Amino acid sequence: MSKTLFDKVWDAHVVHQVKDGPDVLFIDRHMIHEVTSPVAFLGLKNRNIKVLYPKRTFATADHNTPTLNQHLPVEDPLSANQLKALEENAKEHGISFWGLGHKKNGIVHVVGPEYGITLPGATMVCGDSHTSTHGAFGAIAFGIGTSEVEMVLASQCVMQPKPKKMRITVSGELQFGVTPKDVALFIISQLTTSGATGYFVEYAGPVFEQMSMEGRMTVCNLSIEMGARGGMIAPDQKTFEYIQDREFTPKGADWDKAMAYWNTLHTDADASFDKELTFDGANIEPMITYGTNPGMGTGITHHIPTADTIEGGEATYQKSLDYMGYKEGDALLGKKIDYVFLGSCTNGRIEDFRAFTELVKGRKRADHVTAWLVPGSHKVLDAIKNEGLFDTLTDAGFELREPGCSACLAMNDDKIPAGKYAVSTSNRNFEGRQGPGSRTLLASPTVAAAAAVTGRVTDPRELINA
Amino acid sequence: MAYDKFTTLTSAAVPLPIENVDTDQIIPARFLKATERVGFGDNLFRDWRYHQDGTPKEDFVLNQSTYSGKILVGGKNFGSGSSREHAAWAVYDHGFRCVISSFFADIFRNNCLNIGVLPVQVSPAFLEEIFKSIEKDPATTLEVNLRNQTVSLLATGTTESFAINPYKKENMQNGYDDIDYLLNLKDSIQDFAQNTPL
Ligand code: SF4
Repeated sequence: MSKTLFDKVWDAHVVHQVKDGPDVLFIDRHMIHEVTSPVAFLGLKNRNIKVLYPKRTFATADHNTPTLNQHLPVEDPLSANQLKALEENAKEHGISFWGLGHKKNGIVHVVGPEYGITLPGATMVCGDSHTSTHGAFGAIAFGIGTSEVEMVLASQCVMQPKPKKMRITVSGELQFGVTPKDVALFIISQLTTSGATGYFVEYAGPVFEQMSMEGRMTVCNLSIEMGARGGMIAPDQKTFEYIQDREFTPKGADWDKAMAYWNTLHTDADASFDKELTFDGANIEPMITYGTNPGMGTGITHHIPTADTIEGGEATYQKSLDYMGYKEGDALLGKKIDYVFLGSCTNGRIEDFRAFTELVKGRKRADHVTAWLVPGSHKVLDAIKNEGLFDTLTDAGFELREPGCSACLAMNDDKIPAGKYAVSTSNRNFEGRQGPGSRTLLASPTVAAAAAVTGRVTDPRELINA
Repeated sequence: MAYDKFTTLTSAAVPLPIENVDTDQIIPARFLKATERVGFGDNLFRDWRYHQDGTPKEDFVLNQSTYSGKILVGGKNFGSGSSREHAAWAVYDHGFRCVISSFFADIFRNNCLNIGVLPVQVSPAFLEEIFKSIEKDPATTLEVNLRNQTVSLLATGTTESFAINPYKKENMQNGYDDIDYLLNLKDSIQDFAQNTPL
C-alpha cells in the first residue's frame, strides 16, 4: 500500500495499538530541559521507578538561563533551583546533561541537530511545542506535556492517536529578499493559528527542496503556530550531508543500515493526504505580524487588514489591535520600533546571524533601538566569532549575549518592557509573551536587521538594493 | 499522577468569550519556575486577572463573584501555543474540572485529558447559546455527563453530545493515567526497542 513519509515513520514506531484508542508510539530520542521535566521526575520517584532508557534522553538547560554572565551563579533562586533539579535528575538517572556553561549547551532544538541527536526517520519528543523543528530532517517530532515526559522517561513511549495528514506544497521560486521565515509566516497567515490543528504536515515542492537545512528547520519549527502537531520534510542528500559524522549520528555499519531505512523515506507517488494545499512561492514577500497571534501577519508593504476581511470574531480582533496600539488600515512600514530580538530556536542559528550581519554591515544600530542578539547555542556563538561576524556586528553597534531561549519566552531577565515594540525573530507574539505588556512583531532576521538600523519597520529589500 | 474520577458534573460556568486564548495567557512563562506541581491556580490568567502591582482587575471574569463553578467556557481555539502542562494544572488547581469550547488546540487538549480535566468540544452554535444563557443568568447550570457524552443547559434542556476517545473516557471515569497502561506493556516495549534501526 502506498504511504506518505509520515505514515512510514509513524507506522515503523507503533509498539501496540489500543483498541478504540491511541497508538503506543516508541520514541527514539527524547530531549528535556529544566522547565517541563522536574514534575515528571517527581512522578517517577513517587512510583519508585527509574528511567527505562537513559541513553535515549538528552538534557540541556535553556529556557530559564541568563544570557549575561553565565559563569556566575544564577541570581534568581527559583531559576537556580530548577536548573539544579535538572542537573540532579540527569545525574541520578544517567542522562547526558549539558548545563549552563557546558560547551555543548544551547537551546534544545538548536543543539539536537548540531550534535546529530536529530535523525531522519526517528521519533523525537520534548516538553516544548517547537520540537517540530526536528521534522526538517524527516523525523516525526512533536511537543508533549509533562505527563508525557514522565511516560517517555518511564517507558520510552507516548500514547497518541495518529493525526491526520496534510501536505503543503510551495511551488515556483522565492523572490529576492524572501527568506524561509517569510514562507512560514505566509503559510500561517493563510491557514490561521488553528488551520492545521489535528494534522501532521509534510512540506513539499521546489521551494523546500532548494532550502538549506537551517531554513527547513525554521519552517518546521513554526508548524505548531498553525496548530499542527508537527511538520516534516523528506530527507535528501542535503540532510544526509548535514548529519554525517556528528556526535550522535550512527557510524560505520550502523550508518549503512540507517541509510537503507532513510532511503525509503519519501511519500509514495500515489499516497493520499487528508488535506492538500498549494501556494506559489513567487507570491510571498517579506512578512511581519501586527497582532497577538502568529496568524496575524502580512506582507511588509501591506496595511493592517480591516476586521471585516478577517476570519474570527471582531471583538477578539479589536482586542488584539488595542493591545498592540494599532488600528485597522494602518500602514506597517514606518512603525516605530524600540527593541530587536535576534534569536530563539526559530532563528538563532548561524545562517540567521549571517543574514542579520549582512544587512547591518557598514550601517549603525539606530540610537533608540535596544538590540538583543542571542545565539541559539555555544556552537553558533563560536561560529559567529570564527567567521568574523562578531567584529562586523560590533562595528555596527551591536553586542552579543550568551546562548539560551532568552526573550523568546522571557522567563529570565530578558523581558521587553510594557508598551514597547519589539521586532523579534522568535515564534510567538502572544500578549505578554516577551514580558508583561510587551508588543511583538514577528519577522525574519533580515527584517529584524532592517528595523535595527532604521528604528522603524522597513522593507529590507530597499536596504539590500541600496 | 492518578486523579479524581470523572462521571457527571453539574455546575455553573465561568464564561471567557475570547478566541485563541493561548497558554501564555492561561499561565505566563515567568510562573513556570516551580519544581513541584503546586500553587499554579493562583496565577491562572495572571495578566488578565491582575494589574502589574498585583491588585485584581475588577472587570476580569475570575474577579467577579457573579460567576463561579467548575466549568470554564472559552472561545474558539482554546489553549493554543506552548506545550506547558502548567496551563492545564492552573485550570485544575483553580477548581475547574471541565473546559468547554468550540475548538481546542491539540497539546492543551491532551494535557487536560492526562490530568483529569475534561475538554468538551461543542458546536459553535451551542457555544454561542451557552455564552448567551450565562450572560442572561450567571447562575445558569450546565450538566456534563461523561458516560453519555452529553452536555446540557439544564434550564432549557438543550443538549449536545460530544466526542471522546473510548480509551481516554475509560481512563477519566476511573481516574487512571497512561503510565499505568505503559508500565504493563514493558515487555513488548523492550522487545520492540531491540529491533529499532535508530
Ligand atoms: S527558544 Fe522559545 S520556542 Fe524555542 S525552545 Fe526556547 S522557549 Fe521554546
